[in-house]
Amino acid sequence: MKCDLCPKVATLHVTEIVDGEATERHLCEDCGHTYLENVASPPTEPVTSGGLSESELESLETLICPTCKLTFREFRSQGRLGCADCYTAFQGELVPLLENIHGETQHVGKFPKRTPDNSRRRFELARLRNELRTAVNEENYEQAARLRDEIHILEQDMGSLPDK
Amino acid sequence: MDLTELVATKGEWLRGIGTEPDIVMSSRVRLARNLAMYPFLNRADDETRSEIEKTLRETVMECNFGAANSYVEVGRLDRLDRQFLVERQLISRELSESHGSRGVCFTEGEKVSLMINEEDHLRIQVFQSGFDLDSCWKQISRIDDQLEARVQYAFSEQLGYLTACPTNVGTGIRVSVLLHLPALVMTGEIKKVVHALQKISLTVRGLYGEGSQAMGDFYQISNQITLGRGEELLVRNVQEVVPRIITYERLARETLLKENRPTIHDKISRAFGTLRSAQSISSQETMDLLSSVRMGVSLGFIDDLSIPTVNELFLQTQPAHLQKLRRGSLDSKERNAARAGYLRQRLAPPAANDKT
Repeated sequence: MKCDLCPKVATLHVTEIVDGEATERHLCEDCGHTYLENVASPPTEPVTSGGLSESELESLETLICPTCKLTFREFRSQGRLGCADCYTAFQGELVPLLENIHGETQHVGKFPKRTPDNSRRRFELARLRNELRTAVNEENYEQAARLRDEIHILEQDMGSLPDK
Repeated sequence: MDLTELVATKGEWLRGIGTEPDIVMSSRVRLARNLAMYPFLNRADDETRSEIEKTLRETVMECNFGAANSYVEVGRLDRLDRQFLVERQLISRELSESHGSRGVCFTEGEKVSLMINEEDHLRIQVFQSGFDLDSCWKQISRIDDQLEARVQYAFSEQLGYLTACPTNVGTGIRVSVLLHLPALVMTGEIKKVVHALQKISLTVRGLYGEGSQAMGDFYQISNQITLGRGEELLVRNVQEVVPRIITYERLARETLLKENRPTIHDKISRAFGTLRSAQSISSQETMDLLSSVRMGVSLGFIDDLSIPTVNELFLQTQPAHLQKLRRGSLDSKERNAARAGYLRQRLAPPAANDKT
């Protein structure tokens, strides 16, 4: 994973909590140094170099993927997950991270042909809604109207099917 | 396969044909995929890696990607051969330096390559010389379909194709164009361009990808976001900025010519002269001078050289390519001399006397 401020690999992962609002930062060694130097007031609990308090670290320590046994802490230091199930095991922590990186947390786009029918329809729906948003943003109202109709038909289709 | 066969050729991304080839070197689309049945690579022991490599190798070699397939077990290559493949952009530095079973399958002409056991189980890439992302996307999507019909990918409805690093999750797509922007570098405007691109979630890197410097005035522009937007939109996002950057580069060249023609002409001539007569030259200096020469060819200052040839020189003067050409390893001093010799030979002026 890359540093927030430059193209180097991020090795310092900090969660800043100000007035109950959490912000996550990922910094390389150099940017991290600068950042840590600029951190103003001392925290009330003893802090590790990761910028997290001892108690926060402890709770993260216990977060582990049951399938591949990767701990969340290991993930944060390596930047890589261990298996597909990690995405479920660390879901709570990953969603805000993904929001930070991509600005979105729902996949829109290609899906494997083996995907069962009702899932495909859900995909199609997500894709159409996404395109509708883009069309409206671009003030392409004709396209938006067409998409709205397609969505409507698809929703009706799905409503009449038994949930597999 | 014997990599020496590749030495005489230069591969798709350097062909120097297609749309705007003097500014757009190549277009590339890459997809990251993992198999559902195995852990990701950082949790895969050697035995698991072997299994994954075997499964994917067999799958991949069964498929038709438009030209004859070759497979190389990267783990069995020596350092020089691995470096050779990195220079050709067939594999990444990461695959070269990783451990355990890993390989690459590529087609004749090197338009398509598939890395096995790099950061993800499978990394597919398709190149096109010049500016043509649509063609890359269509082709890679078909390849993806072919593979998916044979193996099961790790995929979730919410997060899409699951990758080892969350920065790739979702579409797993990296859309890039490699641009040559010597005038924007000379005028200093390149910094503005880079900042503007970063504001719209595009990354700018040097020739050899993540973390590399912009050597030879080459810049690789890619998407940063992979989740929450469809593949076609992500392709479009990159596609739409390229013509604007091309325009800026052409304008910068015009400005340089208008305000400073003698200086540009001199810079290009000196670069050409040095390359033609140096007795020892580093690869860094070669890249810098070739960049001026490349611009010189495009602007009409140099007649007896073509863009495809200059592209070839960029590749053949790289360290591993030189050593393969010479069929042996060379230390730094020997390489610098060999490089200079190669350039003198390739750039020698056409025979002056026509004995008729």
